[in-house]
Amino acid sequence: MHLVDNLTDKDKLEMAPTRDGYGKGLIEAGEKDKNVVVLCADLAESTRTHWFKEKFPERYIEMGVAEQNMATVAAGLALAGKIPFISSYAAFSPGRNNEQLRTTAALNNVPVKIGGAHAGISVGPDGATHQALEDAGLMRMIPRMTVLVPCDAVEAKKATLAAAKLPGPVYIRFARDNSPVFTTEDTPFEVGKAQVFREGKDATIVAASMLVYDALVAAEELSKEGLDVGVVNSPSLKPFDVETVVGEAKKSGAVVSVEEHQVIGGLGSAVAETLAQHYPVPQEFIGVKDRFGESGNADELMKEFGLDVPAIKEAVKKVVSRKK
Amino acid sequence: MAHLHDDKIKELEEKANQVRQSIIESLIEAGSGHTAGPLGMADVFTAFYFHILNHDPKNPMWEDRDRLILSNGHIVPVRYAAMAHAGYFPIEELKTLRKFGSRLQGHPERNIMPALESTSGPLGSGLGQASGIAYAARMDGKKFRTYCLMSDGELDAGNIWESAMFAGKNKLSNLTGLIDRNNIQINGITEDIMPLEPLREKWEAFNWHVVEVNGHNFEEIVDAVEQAKAIYEKPTVIIAHTIPGKGIPEIEFDYRWHGNPPGKGPEDVFPKDKQGEEMLKRLRTLGGKIKSEHE
Repeated sequence: MHLVDNLTDKDKLEMAPTRDGYGKGLIEAGEKDKNVVVLCADLAESTRTHWFKEKFPERYIEMGVAEQNMATVAAGLALAGKIPFISSYAAFSPGRNNEQLRTTAALNNVPVKIGGAHAGISVGPDGATHQALEDAGLMRMIPRMTVLVPCDAVEAKKATLAAAKLPGPVYIRFARDNSPVFTTEDTPFEVGKAQVFREGKDATIVAASMLVYDALVAAEELSKEGLDVGVVNSPSLKPFDVETVVGEAKKSGAVVSVEEHQVIGGLGSAVAETLAQHYPVPQEFIGVKDRFGESGNADELMKEFGLDVPAIKEAVKKVVSRKK
Repeated sequence: MAHLHDDKIKELEEKANQVRQSIIESLIEAGSGHTAGPLGMADVFTAFYFHILNHDPKNPMWEDRDRLILSNGHIVPVRYAAMAHAGYFPIEELKTLRKFGSRLQGHPERNIMPALESTSGPLGSGLGQASGIAYAARMDGKKFRTYCLMSDGELDAGNIWESAMFAGKNKLSNLTGLIDRNNIQINGITEDIMPLEPLREKWEAFNWHVVEVNGHNFEEIVDAVEQAKAIYEKPTVIIAHTIPGKGIPEIEFDYRWHGNPPGKGPEDVFPKDKQGEEMLKRLRTLGGKIKSEHE
């Protein structure tokens, strides 16, 4: 599936945060379409929008620490024909400005693009206030909203470019921490589609975010223990690729969802909604279980919250044991 | 937009009375909705739709039209009435207000009727949208003007002041705000609920040019808009002092009519089953007597 060679040799992989893909994608989107404008709420370097600012200063709009206004100004820009990307930490946008996005982006039905950086607990030392764990769920519940959660910096760039072309509002979720770059320019990406990164007959992992890489590592390790585990990358939380997920569930009969988000409302919910309606099989949930994050380094927190390779392997074994 | 002569003022006054009657009729049909605000802003909306706006009701999405953003969406019955009388859609359609399948949603929805320019209702988010439109217009070298009508009660919302700061910073002189200063909101008098004064000084401190007008005087409204066009270094906000419920003396100034339609308002003025009828009677018998205050 067009992934990098030496996939599981993590030490040899390039490391980059997904927000880098956003920054690069914005520049390319800006080159392709002069209507692309970037708004930022006083977090240009963190969100990587400073690259766009350097290249297109006349199309970069500094909003100050005012995420609600950023959403409404973006809606106005979009009403007047622009394609605004609003950029902040996910905890604040779409966290703080949720209602403005609901009314002025989604109900208005205009192409406001929301880049939510520093999502998930891998944000690390900043602690719970800055670790957005509900953002994708909030956005997924809003009609007309597309929700994208890229798995690495390369996919994040593709998601950013795809968002620029969609006629409606889009939320794209990014992480702060470095993570392996394991997809390539040739890896397919399409809004509304999941990709089968690995086929498996015993269980299927459906994952999004940098944890897709951990899922692949877990599957590889489990293969040495005699379990044939598939991995589906599902960057498009909405629209959700029901066909691919159901197709893989039919082959394996057991599913583990993996996300760096509350299991309430995020990818795990999307998977469960899909399976319940189309092909009920046992599902285990890797994700944050209705609690807030806390300070620590990313690795410590991912371990504490059960968002790492050992936890994924454990969940796969459990779901396999639940098969009839 | 020319300055007003007496015949034009007379014409606008008559039009405003028709708009008021349509507001009451549509609210009676709807059985819910707001009364005081729409009546209080009938003169302002009449001034905009019949004199100020550079627009074309037969080509509502004309690219170079002036943009009129209504931030306090709950007074949309006055906008619907003014638009219908201006020829955007049949006056008969006003009777579908708030009904299932209607284009005239309880709060304005641009996706259903694009000529409304924006979707609003949740307060405080119109000025940001208007600022975004004005910013885009300047980027593209467009000459149209953007207007944002706000209520005074919604100035409680922080988003408004974020937007005011943004428009002031960017010197959006192609943006003009207008505040319906009627001093009431749902829970009572604005200065009791959350004091707004000194309101002029607040806007000035946010780098806006401020003009105060009698919101029932067409000459003053039009003059203020003209003045805003001449101010190049900052956006202008017009504080329009209005009378909530204007046109029906028995309900004027009474905050209890903010969120109630005829038939559901307080009973000490008109009995509930007679409220609609009595209001229309007041408007009809007043006829041409709904004058601008200068007469």
